[in-house]
Amino acid sequence: MARFRKGEKKEVPEINTGSMSDIIFMFLFFFMVITNMREATLKVKYTPPKATEIHKLEKKSLVANIYIGAPLGKNENTLPPGKISVQLNDQTIKQEDLVRDVRDFIGTEKESRSEADKQKLTFSLKVDKDVQMRYVNTIKAELRKNNALKINYATGKKSEINK
Amino acid sequence: MARKAPGINTGSMADISFLLLTFFLLTSSINTEQGIPRRLPPPKDENAKDIKADINKRNVLNVLVNFNDALWVNGEELNISQLKEKAKEFLENPANQANLPEKEIKEIDNIGEFAVSKGVISLTNDQSTSYEMYVQVQNELEKAVNELRDKVAVSYFGKKYDALDTALRKSVQKAIPMNISEAPPIDYSKAE
Repeated sequence: MARFRKGEKKEVPEINTGSMSDIIFMFLFFFMVITNMREATLKVKYTPPKATEIHKLEKKSLVANIYIGAPLGKNENTLPPGKISVQLNDQTIKQEDLVRDVRDFIGTEKESRSEADKQKLTFSLKVDKDVQMRYVNTIKAELRKNNALKINYATGKKSEINK
Repeated sequence: MARKAPGINTGSMADISFLLLTFFLLTSSINTEQGIPRRLPPPKDENAKDIKADINKRNVLNVLVNFNDALWVNGEELNISQLKEKAKEFLENPANQANLPEKEIKEIDNIGEFAVSKGVISLTNDQSTSYEMYVQVQNELEKAVNELRDKVAVSYFGKKYDALDTALRKSVQKAIPMNISEAPPIDYSKAE
């Protein structure tokens, strides 16, 4: 005869959560490896244009970023017509100081690299797609004048289908 | 009697690492740096003579993007989707037409004698051109050159350009040079 257990509750076995933290840690390391930290807080809003013939920049430490786009939040340092802001490193720059500040920026960026890396230093232009070329041209002229010849037009990737 | 060490409660460990994980997810960006790399011409040398005068008219493809983002190639209005074919035809000149660039036979390592085009694409933009259009034009021109390089690479080495090693790539680069020269921008608003 089968024995009936009456009034005796069957206990659900506890799930072992000891390995949970290991799994999460693995996730954590995975993300740390594939992502890169944002260095500067963006003060301009930019949506890069899309292109198909893109190359990846190899070394992040050899890239200096110049952002041009619509100012984000409260920001007095805009270029006329008050809709464009240029950001170098952490700060936006005033229009009257544009040329001088870009020159100083190129100088400090070059200065902080070793002699061998100076030639490989790339200036990445992260420009909003609606920006007029005049701002880009000014910066390009300044880069050229200061012998910073490797540049990169930052773009997103466009899929081949909708061309 | 040896006293048993109490076990450390590791239940909260997962929570802590979760917190770290979310922190990293928020502060980092996945998108890697990518874009169209370009090399600017070296700073102007005051003593250098004007090279432009030496270039024959048939060897120049004038690409102009005006203030309205309209594209004009050698005085003819084109759609952006037609630019690539136009540039390819210009750089390749398959039928050796008299109005398209001349070629010069050059000896290139790994390839041998190759008729290298003397064509130069001259790109002019207006100060009011949008950056998006400018990048589109750069992209199409780059695509034209890449497709020509692929063609040469496949016919000589049986592989696409990207799959070649550095030495062979250099040879293909010599066979199909990327000659894009950027003219000083024009300013329509000031010209009025």
